[in-house]
Amino acid sequence: MLAPVHHIAGFTTVVRERLLPTAGEVTARNGQKVGASDVVAEARWARKHALLDVARDLNVSPEKADDLIQCKVGDKVSANAEIAIGRGLFAQTVRAPKDGRVVAVGNGQVLLEIEQAKMELRAGLPGTIIQTIPQRGVIIQASGGLTQALWGNGRIDSGLMVNLMEGADSVLSAERVDVSMRGSVMLGGMIKNADVLQALAELPARGLIASSIHPSALAKAREMRYPIIATDGVGSLPMNSAAYKLLSTNIRREVAVNAEAYDRYTGARPEAFIALPITNEPPISNDTAEFAPEAQVRLRRPPHMGKIGVIVAVKTGLTTLPSGLRAPAAEVKLENDETVIIPLVNMEVVG
Amino acid sequence: MPASLVSNNSLLAIDVGAANTRAAFFDVVEDQYRFVASGVAPSTAEAPYKDVSEGARNAVLSLQGVLKKTLLDPTSRGIIAPSQPDGSGVDAVVVTVSAGPAARALIVGLLKDVSLESARRLTESTYARVLDALYLGDPRKPEDRIDDILRLRPEIVVFAGGTDGGAAHSIRSLLESLEVACYVMPEEKRPAVLFAGNENLKEEIEARISGLASDFHFSANIRPSLEEESLEPAEYDLAQMLVAIRKRNLRGLDALNLWAGGNTLPTAYATGRMARFFSGLYGGGKGLLSVDLGASSATIAAGFPEQTVLKVYPQFGLGESLSELLRHTSVDDILRWSAYDIPPAMITDYLHQKALYPSAIAATMEDFAISQAVAKQALYLAMQAAQKDFPKDAAYIRPDLAPQFDPIIAAGAALSDAAQPGRSLLMLLDAAQPVGISSVILDQNNLLPMLGAAAMQNSVLPVQVLESSAFLSVGTVISPVVKAKYGAPILKAKLIYENGAEANVNLKYGSLETLPLANGETAKLSLSVSRGADVGFGAGRGVKNLSISGGALGVVFDGRGRPLALPSDAVRRRELIKKWTWTLGGE
Repeated sequence: MLAPVHHIAGFTTVVRERLLPTAGEVTARNGQKVGASDVVAEARWARKHALLDVARDLNVSPEKADDLIQCKVGDKVSANAEIAIGRGLFAQTVRAPKDGRVVAVGNGQVLLEIEQAKMELRAGLPGTIIQTIPQRGVIIQASGGLTQALWGNGRIDSGLMVNLMEGADSVLSAERVDVSMRGSVMLGGMIKNADVLQALAELPARGLIASSIHPSALAKAREMRYPIIATDGVGSLPMNSAAYKLLSTNIRREVAVNAEAYDRYTGARPEAFIALPITNEPPISNDTAEFAPEAQVRLRRPPHMGKIGVIVAVKTGLTTLPSGLRAPAAEVKLENDETVIIPLVNMEVVG
Repeated sequence: MPASLVSNNSLLAIDVGAANTRAAFFDVVEDQYRFVASGVAPSTAEAPYKDVSEGARNAVLSLQGVLKKTLLDPTSRGIIAPSQPDGSGVDAVVVTVSAGPAARALIVGLLKDVSLESARRLTESTYARVLDALYLGDPRKPEDRIDDILRLRPEIVVFAGGTDGGAAHSIRSLLESLEVACYVMPEEKRPAVLFAGNENLKEEIEARISGLASDFHFSANIRPSLEEESLEPAEYDLAQMLVAIRKRNLRGLDALNLWAGGNTLPTAYATGRMARFFSGLYGGGKGLLSVDLGASSATIAAGFPEQTVLKVYPQFGLGESLSELLRHTSVDDILRWSAYDIPPAMITDYLHQKALYPSAIAATMEDFAISQAVAKQALYLAMQAAQKDFPKDAAYIRPDLAPQFDPIIAAGAALSDAAQPGRSLLMLLDAAQPVGISSVILDQNNLLPMLGAAAMQNSVLPVQVLESSAFLSVGTVISPVVKAKYGAPILKAKLIYENGAEANVNLKYGSLETLPLANGETAKLSLSVSRGADVGFGAGRGVKNLSISGGALGVVFDGRGRPLALPSDAVRRRELIKKWTWTLGGE
């Protein structure tokens, strides 16, 4: 059976496609080395428009108004510029309310774009641009340590990683935060309330790698301007041992936190990437695998949620679970040497 | 590629769901169409596979393993069609799809309570979420409407309004905002537009919008007059538009559509088609109810003599939308369905975690209890929402309750586990709260939408398959509408079996009772009810020698009253739920 892969790897090569949601301009070039926060592409789009009803304002028919309009699509206009001038002794004038650009003219009306939104697409991880995709983005390759997460607040940044965890099941409290951590990425544990998020914002921190975030703190986490990822999701969950081992053995290294939201369709996932010095590039991680003996797996439902184990055997046919449901399953040996039966749909391969 | 099923025999139906993809094989056995076998595999719409045809192939491979028959060409990896002299292949293929995120929808109508409501009801017939509405009297400035459309980037616009031949000026004014927004949008982001309003404006609307939309459909007016609403033709057009959107968003669906010779339908639409079809065949004066609780949505399809109501609620699906469920309900309302004392935090954690992994299943009893409570509340919310749009002239016992349905067909992993029909039935009784006398059927193989897709070409196949043993009859449920004190007698029943044996029930308020009546057997049921109790024949009136069918649970008497009022005392409530579950054969 096909198995989804959850990437937790001490040394791997990753290839990431970074694309704008709409057409824009790619600012990076092929072969360029980039940092996680570097802008690789940007797009602008109209955020606010003004619709000028020239026909109504000049009290003429739309056809007549079209003849009176002085601007054309693409023209840049300044605030108060004449858009249309009426005829007659006491002719009225329609003026632009703000600086803007004409985006449509017709039927006696003019549509002005008066505010633009700009989106800057950041690299998300330190690496090399191996391909540019005109108007859309880039493909970046990087080698180092990687751990994927299950929740992210959409921000990107990087910094030296500071360890605030005493073990995989640590709870991070605001009291643990002090000014010496300013500008760092925190390796935190469970986030049980929003206070600690605010304390980190006030430092300010450059990122937070949590094991889990309590649902009550999610809204605050989304507001934070620094990246926050949760390796094991939402709730009160310890960090899975593979991620904890990888991260806690790379303290004081530069870590890039790309907290882009988990998107099951595109495959985008929040992740932390640790840049490591390399002499030879390790192989690129596979995105798919098979459930097979010896495969390391992460369990994703109770009673062993978040635990790491190794498949001993994939059982044939359907197995009846304690819940009464029947499903394809495997025998999995956990790190405490306990062997348990886990339905295949409740596991993902770690690689 | 097969064009017609009438002259062919075998049919392969593939349903691409959010969590699982199913392949079912139908063939002629002793001159009757029969469901032969099915295979299932995890869906592959999502990363890293991002190709729904992979999951479909895996489901077909699983089916092949059961059938001992080759359906997939090992070289081309396509379906072998038509069937070959060596026994391989199949004569026809149909595809249904519910996988993929709900489409973002904008509805447009003239009057907020008239055509805009019709546009909403139409949009709720497919996998879409209404994000904004334009209507006469919309307080926003035209430019603000344009900016909102640009910000929301709808994938579908459903435009209704104007009686045929009626005023056109207001429609033109609403059209303008949409037209300008579409013009400003990048071409690849433009929405598909369905116009189902004043038919006299067809040419003008088409000229103005079709060049600015990714797809343009013109449908019969869904509100030809103030009093009249006719959604069905437009539902088909909307279904086609959704398939077109899915083909753009879901890689591999094009290949499946090619296997199916273009016979791809949204799963919900195909289910609705069967509700319409079967209500005509079996419904009598009552309605037919189909409920499907899946990962992508909760789908309610109700067929009435004059109308079919199809409602798709992505917000009540048991997949990725679970993390948003608490926007529509509370943890307490979920917990009220549980027989276990579960800490509220476990519910919120469950909702978020299950949303991340919709295909994961409950392995422990505790997790199973949580999943059942969540599913029950999701279905309850879907039924409550759908009820608002059931026709006023349906067979109601009381207007504030659901109308009478017979049969009720339940599908979806949470509802149709054939290994535990008692649990499925209790979920249905609690969430849908049927009234009167209903037969209940479990669609444990999720065949109903597949039959709906097959019915496009072959109307015989669905009837013959439904009358076969492909569906699991749970039995007949008697649910009197009554208010009484707990323990008060409300109904006496006498069941006379085919062999002349007799069984009796003295139903008390607040209890569930069962009488055995095996699947395939019939019996004569006589009921006498207490004053004020109504099982569909009028308050206080019973029935004699009513012919009823059996099922896995026989005849079930639900004396808990309608609407179901659970005790506020948590301990007592949990005891009762355990007792009811036990009565229906659960643990």
